[in-house]
Amino acid sequence: MIGNLYMLTAIGITQIYGVAGVVNFAHGSVYMAGAYIGWMAITWLHWPLVPVILLVLAGSALLGLALERLAVRPFARAGSTILLLTTIAAGLIIDNAAQVIWGPQTQALPNPLPQWHIRLGAGTVSLLDLFILACGVGTALLLHLFLYRSRAGWAVRATAQDRDAALQMGIDVNRVNRYSFALSGAFAGLSGLLVGLYFSNIYPTMGASATLKGTTAALLGGLGNVPGAILGAYVLGIAETFSVEWLGSSYRNLVAVLLLIAVLLFRPNGLLSGRRALNPEPTAGTFIPHGRPLRFPRWLIPASAVLAAALPLFVANPYALQVLAIGWVFALMAVSLNLISGTTGQISLGHAGFVTLGAYATAILTSRLGLPFSVSLLVSPVVAAVIGVLLCYPALRLRGQYLAIATLGLGEAISLIALNWDSVTQGPLGISGIQPAAFFGYEIWSAAGVYWLDLAALLACVWAVYRLSRSHLGRALRAVREDEVAARAFGIGLARYKSIAFGVSAFFAAVAGVLLAHSYSYIAPDTFTFALSIQVLTMIILGGRDNVGGAVIGAVILIVLPETIRFLGEYRYILYGLLLIGMLRFRPYGLLNSTT
Amino acid sequence: MTAVLRLENVNTFYGAVQAHFDLCLDIYPGEITCLLGGNASGKSTAMKVIFGLVRPRSGRVLLAGEDATQWGTPRRVAWGLRSVPEARRLFPFMTVRENLLLGAYLRKDRRQVAEDLERLLDLFPRVGERLNQAAGTLSGGEQQMVAMARALLGKPRVLCMDEPTMGLSPLWVDRVLELVQTINRQGTTVFMVEQNARAALQIAHRGYVLRHGVVTLSGTAAELLDNPLVENAYLGGKAI
Ligand SMILES: Nc1ncnc2c1ncn2[C@@H]1O[C@H](COP(=O)(O)OP(=O)(O)OP(=O)(O)O)[C@@H](O)[C@H]1O
Ligand SMILES: [Mg+2]
Repeated sequence: MIGNLYMLTAIGITQIYGVAGVVNFAHGSVYMAGAYIGWMAITWLHWPLVPVILLVLAGSALLGLALERLAVRPFARAGSTILLLTTIAAGLIIDNAAQVIWGPQTQALPNPLPQWHIRLGAGTVSLLDLFILACGVGTALLLHLFLYRSRAGWAVRATAQDRDAALQMGIDVNRVNRYSFALSGAFAGLSGLLVGLYFSNIYPTMGASATLKGTTAALLGGLGNVPGAILGAYVLGIAETFSVEWLGSSYRNLVAVLLLIAVLLFRPNGLLSGRRALNPEPTAGTFIPHGRPLRFPRWLIPASAVLAAALPLFVANPYALQVLAIGWVFALMAVSLNLISGTTGQISLGHAGFVTLGAYATAILTSRLGLPFSVSLLVSPVVAAVIGVLLCYPALRLRGQYLAIATLGLGEAISLIALNWDSVTQGPLGISGIQPAAFFGYEIWSAAGVYWLDLAALLACVWAVYRLSRSHLGRALRAVREDEVAARAFGIGLARYKSIAFGVSAFFAAVAGVLLAHSYSYIAPDTFTFALSIQVLTMIILGGRDNVGGAVIGAVILIVLPETIRFLGEYRYILYGLLLIGMLRFRPYGLLNSTT
Repeated sequence: MTAVLRLENVNTFYGAVQAHFDLCLDIYPGEITCLLGGNASGKSTAMKVIFGLVRPRSGRVLLAGEDATQWGTPRRVAWGLRSVPEARRLFPFMTVRENLLLGAYLRKDRRQVAEDLERLLDLFPRVGERLNQAAGTLSGGEQQMVAMARALLGKPRVLCMDEPTMGLSPLWVDRVLELVQTINRQGTTVFMVEQNARAALQIAHRGYVLRHGVVTLSGTAAELLDNPLVENAYLGGKAI
């Protein structure tokens, strides 16, 4: 049954991939919106099911069209990794708009179908189950007929296989793109509604797991392969059902994520790949367009560091200092991510995973083992970096979208492991009562103290990254970014350098995690989420590629702005999403870089 | 006689690199026109400009005298351009039959298409034997035949071919060029990019020689065949 539900999502994702060449990460958001449209029609308008479904299909198809127009078409020539980012940003906007419109709480979704059941062997089957089955099989069948029997379907397949050749047949590929987004939007909305009916409730963040499951199923079947997606959905559904039975329901998502990572590592072209060879990804080492850092006078950096350090002497308002301190911690994350994404040119959507590792490491070391903070500040990041590199190492040979999805999966896996490993992490309860930062017995309580600590960590990180980027190692990392093939030809061991970049980056991200854990005094598996990874990525895109100063300024802007302009606070993530799309559209090389 | 397809002072750029310098081409109805040139001289780019896949920075593309520079690719195809692209570009996961019928994507006369397909298969017997095979699994020569048949099924006003003999054995080269001649005799205007200069000029009416994006020689095929410069540039012993 679960397999049926995933099937609709997976087909939609695979369909879009085939035509537009992008894994559509806003798919889950359309799915959520479809569920809400259905919910409004059922609970407010009291419509019967059939018109509700038609409304959901139409509404989510429109949303799919809007998505194509605003987040995909302007970037058609920018490459698949940029498209992945813009769809993620669009998803962020839709999800948070839904929170603003419908509220963050879970809504009950009553089932308008009669409540009768059929006995079938050991279990029972409800009318709803049959209905979902019919919808799943029906749409798959219709889609198959459409693709293989209709003229428009042929155009879709031709476009998916060779876009330029399709143009030369006279096929209007922009129109095919629009059809596909509308169609897959309709699928997404319908499956959102069905899932909502199945579990009897809906909530604004329900799309995230749908995207994840849909992508997993689509990858299992081989991206772009519709029958494969159907198979992948059933494989995923069955794997989940068994693991829930054996291990408990909290393992549901973990299994999906592990399956996702496994398929990326071992069969990136899907389970059926023996029969159907897929084109390799183009060498998209660099996903942020090239730019050159703007020149500033040499004294500016030490001067601004001194100014920042002196600030607490003049500013008495502790709230302002707290905000800035958080800004420094995020700058730390941004500078560390910049090492992966800016300098080495590898996309990472799992930065929050490293932060989580650092936070949990210090929570366990200081609360359980009684290590002092000053020791943990060094030990925890080392632990996190080692674990992080071990986890990421197998994924480092992937490129482009595949690497992006793998890092996303790893980030999720880390927080899901924290959720499920009760004996060590206390599971969903999280770890509370973490001591504040302290050196040699002196606890740092005051806002100014925390401020200086965070600033010092940031400056240390900036200094280290600066030294590193000037060294031979830094040049090797840039060589990896510019041309993987050439770098390999010059004897640069790609895996080794990439893992060094990930390791150093994980170290500093974990320092950020340590600092935050001790200042929040409480952490849980969902303290540092995927949204954080995107937030940090937005910061470095704002600042500019391979530009340390830019990363710091990007972070400070994105943290301080929503805090100072109150009105923006509620719309914070919408702002991030808009900024991400806007920057990629109009100034992809960043605020502090210029074009070459 | 007015040209059915004309490029007028076309300047094309890839970033900062200029691929065409004031390129002018005239293709006359009923003729075979060939564009000769060495590697990277800008031949395929000219094809892309004709189809609107690359937009020139300046200059015009005229279709039967009408300015088509701003037209999108589908509109140009609807006008009657058809292409046999460089390296064939069949849809690899679709069957040969589906590939052929996609060539007639814009035609509304379904029944007539079916008849034309039958007639075409007389011209391409090998294609007829493989209608249900996935196009990606055909041999290079067979793919070339399918690509030509696909373009012809669209009833082209001008058939544009980019190196139809690339990668074929001498036997297949002759076979393909013979087919081009047959197609032309049946009334189709042909524009052909070629590196097999002598063989191409032997069936062509008119030729242009492109070098680093500049037309260095042009004239009737007979003139070019006699021109010692062409001889030196392309026909010297090793090219054949
Ligand atoms: N998409 C592109 N981006 C950048 N430069 C390009 C692109 N396509 C072609 N070029 C450059 O434009 C020039 C002309 O290329 P073109 O493909 O037109 O050559 P050609 O005459 O068809 O060569 P060949 O006989 O080898 O096919 C070459 O220097 C090529 O590198
Ligand atoms: Mg060429």
